[in-house]
Amino acid sequence: MEGVLFLAAAVAIAVLVGIVYVVLSESVKFFAAVPIGDFLTDTRWTPLFEDAHYGIAPLLSGTFMSTLVALAVAVPLGLLTAIYLSEFADARSRETIKPTLELLAGVPTVVYGYFALLMVTPLLQRLIPGLPGFNLLSAGIVMGLMIIPYIASLSEDALRAVPNNLRDGSYAMGATKLETAFRVVLPAAVSGVVGAVVLGMSRAVGETMIVVIAGGQQPQIVTSPTQQGATVTAFIAQVALGDLPFGTLEYQSIFAAGLALLLLTLVFNLVAFALHRRYREAY
Amino acid sequence: MANVEARDLTARPPGLRRRRFLDASFLVWGAVATLVGLGTLAALVLGLWADGGSRLNAQFFFSFPSSNPAMAGILSSWVGSLLVILTTAAIAIPLGALAGIYLEEYAPKNRVTSAIEIAVNNLAGVPSILYGLLALGLFVQALAMGQTILVAGLTLALLILPVIIVATREAVRGVPHDIRQAALALGATKWRTTQDHVLPYALPGMVTGVIIGLSRAIGETAPLILVGGLTFVAFLPVHAPGEPLSYTVGRVDEYGAAIDPDEMVAVHLARGGAVHTPEGAELAVAPGATVEAPAGSLVETTATFADAAQSWAPWHWLGEAFTVMPIQMFNWTSRPEEAFRDAAAAAGLVLLAITLLMNGVAIWLRARLRRKIRW
Amino acid sequence: MDKMVLKRVAPAFAAALALAFAAGGLSACGPGGGQKAKSSGVQTVRVDGSSTVFPLSEAAAEQFMAENSGRVRVTVGESGTGGGFAKFCRGETEVQDASRPILETEMATCRAADIPYVEIPIAFDGLTVVVHPSNPLNSVTIAQLKRVWEPQAEGQIMNWRQANPAWPNMPLQLFGAGTASGTFDFFTEAVVGTAKSSRTDFTPTEDDNVTVQGVATNPGAMGFFGIAYYEQNKQRLKALAIDAGAGPIAPNADTVAAGTYPLARPMFLYANANALRRPAVQQFVQFYVANAARIAPQVGYIPLPASAYETYAARVRDRTAGTAFGGHQDVGANIAEVLARPLAEAGAPPAP
Repeated sequence: MEGVLFLAAAVAIAVLVGIVYVVLSESVKFFAAVPIGDFLTDTRWTPLFEDAHYGIAPLLSGTFMSTLVALAVAVPLGLLTAIYLSEFADARSRETIKPTLELLAGVPTVVYGYFALLMVTPLLQRLIPGLPGFNLLSAGIVMGLMIIPYIASLSEDALRAVPNNLRDGSYAMGATKLETAFRVVLPAAVSGVVGAVVLGMSRAVGETMIVVIAGGQQPQIVTSPTQQGATVTAFIAQVALGDLPFGTLEYQSIFAAGLALLLLTLVFNLVAFALHRRYREAY
Repeated sequence: MANVEARDLTARPPGLRRRRFLDASFLVWGAVATLVGLGTLAALVLGLWADGGSRLNAQFFFSFPSSNPAMAGILSSWVGSLLVILTTAAIAIPLGALAGIYLEEYAPKNRVTSAIEIAVNNLAGVPSILYGLLALGLFVQALAMGQTILVAGLTLALLILPVIIVATREAVRGVPHDIRQAALALGATKWRTTQDHVLPYALPGMVTGVIIGLSRAIGETAPLILVGGLTFVAFLPVHAPGEPLSYTVGRVDEYGAAIDPDEMVAVHLARGGAVHTPEGAELAVAPGATVEAPAGSLVETTATFADAAQSWAPWHWLGEAFTVMPIQMFNWTSRPEEAFRDAAAAAGLVLLAITLLMNGVAIWLRARLRRKIRW
Repeated sequence: MDKMVLKRVAPAFAAALALAFAAGGLSACGPGGGQKAKSSGVQTVRVDGSSTVFPLSEAAAEQFMAENSGRVRVTVGESGTGGGFAKFCRGETEVQDASRPILETEMATCRAADIPYVEIPIAFDGLTVVVHPSNPLNSVTIAQLKRVWEPQAEGQIMNWRQANPAWPNMPLQLFGAGTASGTFDFFTEAVVGTAKSSRTDFTPTEDDNVTVQGVATNPGAMGFFGIAYYEQNKQRLKALAIDAGAGPIAPNADTVAAGTYPLARPMFLYANANALRRPAVQQFVQFYVANAARIAPQVGYIPLPASAYETYAARVRDRTAGTAFGGHQDVGANIAEVLARPLAEAGAPPAP
């Protein structure tokens, strides 16, 4: 049995190696033509224009900005929801609300994209005068709403998995429900919560359609969420579904962009892994 | 001995009123946070309903896509989505669950294990479009598996694998150690312990992961377009009895010409039909009759019950071309005609309903499983 | 708790897994995607490629299948002109939709795979330059468009007045086709003179409905897309007449068909000349060419002259392979002149 289990787990390595191989083998061709220095330091990303520049920074800044906005929306809302459902709500409402929230993860992202463009952006424009019709703020907020269930649902599971004797101990010491939730249950469940946040974040980093529709797609270094911008995934989708011939440098630029994204997620995960190790509580 | 100040333990502790207020106020904050999510969902559903509600009728479910928006339907795409998701679930659930159990219960602390852990954690963060590139490069190009339901299901399975692994691990980890120790102390083997005492308690959490993963898979567009999801498919990968069927017989080359012109094939047509030989002759075949036809002949007949039943077997439809709901929707939203956007909204509602249905099953399962948990 | 549930579930998992892998293995050992459905099964014609041409092929496939009462299946995908050619040159599709002529790299790929192709311009699209309805402008010259869109305009021409003193004083906001699209390549070549040569500070969108939204809600906006999107949004947008030296010409079916509208472009079908030996493929492509004049207007495109369709029908029948474009985009090509061109890459004529 152990052998079967090991093989199942080893599939994960095979998949990652496969992705790295596909991305790397094409990137090698790309970097044969474009110096890595330009890729890292150039501030313009215009591989599809006649005056081609290959600086990844604008795309990364777009990805960072939209993800940041999404997390600013989703982490507080998702965690509050999880704590509320796990520690305060009665079983019946929990069992209705949680799956309903999970529906948010099932809404097709094209729908979210048009929701951002046609509903959220006009609303924001009333609050922030001068906000352009395409911006990362609106795309990021909607992305945040989309990832709420990832964070809420998985965090709630982690919170519920904390044994009741920890809660009982806390109550016996005179703590209120809220104090128990935040000081006892949440720290005990932190590894699950971090996992949930990382999952939500990776979904935000990898989200394509919302930014393509509502974010503006103009690759520039983004310093404020009110600007329009393009993300790495938006660029990859645009090229992969576009009319460029395969095998050209323009086409290979998506693999270089993909490589950057892969490295980015690697860094995120190392950070999360470190946090996880540090705060994981055994009970 | 030092003086110990006597304290009345029955007195109200300082700040209790404030703490109680905070406690009560969280009910409001928590509810508000929850309502933001629910409100968004309501806004989305109402918006879709306003546009697409009027399209939700039997005609929409049982029509193929069409260039006439009023006649366009989702028959091929919902059947396609269903088959692709079935394939995905059949691959990803066992694989993810076993991998999660291995990592949490069995894995020795060594380099291989940490390599697997790193791989899983990173896969969770890899954008879906890169899975599409992997599938295109590996399944479609290198392995020449074609652009089929199987490839689509495999791609989505790999995509949601980390979600299921992570959820399984968290769920398994949440099971208290005393339960394992009690089982082991009674002489159970490790797998027995896992199977009988850890997994049952971990199942609710695993189910959550599976549902989240599958709802993600069902709405995924980009990787499937890369793999070769089609947009216009006006037939089903499975047949119903009575549908017209046509096929070439014998060994033929890429273009339908016979490899050995002298080869003869016995063609038995239960429902009758016609055989067009490569020379252009047409033979009518009576129901139940058998004729000898040269290789390369085109047979036209009607699907029998047996033909239809055979087409429902997985090994038949796994190799068929496909379209899925999100691809159909993606196409409709980008068409110039306004009426296509109504169809897209209606398709969005159907996708949500499918997700709701899946969640319904999960609630039932989770509630059932959780009720048994007592610790 | 229930061991029972688990005991039932675990073997089911295992069985499903085994099944999935068995099926995977089977199909991996089987014939490649390119040769599927050849020895048995329903006759299938596979079409893939440009999303711009998709509506046309969808309508053709739909009507063809209706005529054949399901005896031949036609599938249509939209993985982009580039993605489509990659499949076409691997023999995985029989017909390729293209929003531009086949390019040199793709010609080489098809040549290496021994796949000759019949090139068929199938209909015209008129790229339409649109502005907000409140904009007083009615027409624009190619030179003026160039002044707005050329790379030197980046960061410089930010107000309509800066491009032309006679134009209104309002901030200029530009929306365009996605930079990976054939539409973008055509527009830049037609307006600026070199494909892909454009300012970069505009909002590129893949989905033309997003461009519609952008232009319709910004008084200072200018954008461009296929004429079908203008026809469907006439009340929210204003199309500019284009002056390429012969006076302003408004985009409509007549000017595009007559070849006087400067931003008209052909869309293409490429049919695998070997696959045309299969009756199903031959019949479908013949049906497509014969009915294109009727189908094109249904989906917002403009048909070629009838004589052109006759010539192409003959080329499909004779499987006359090759491209008349030599691997390059060709702006302002006249269809009569294209018809007269010799075909490059014809290769050896396919065996009968």
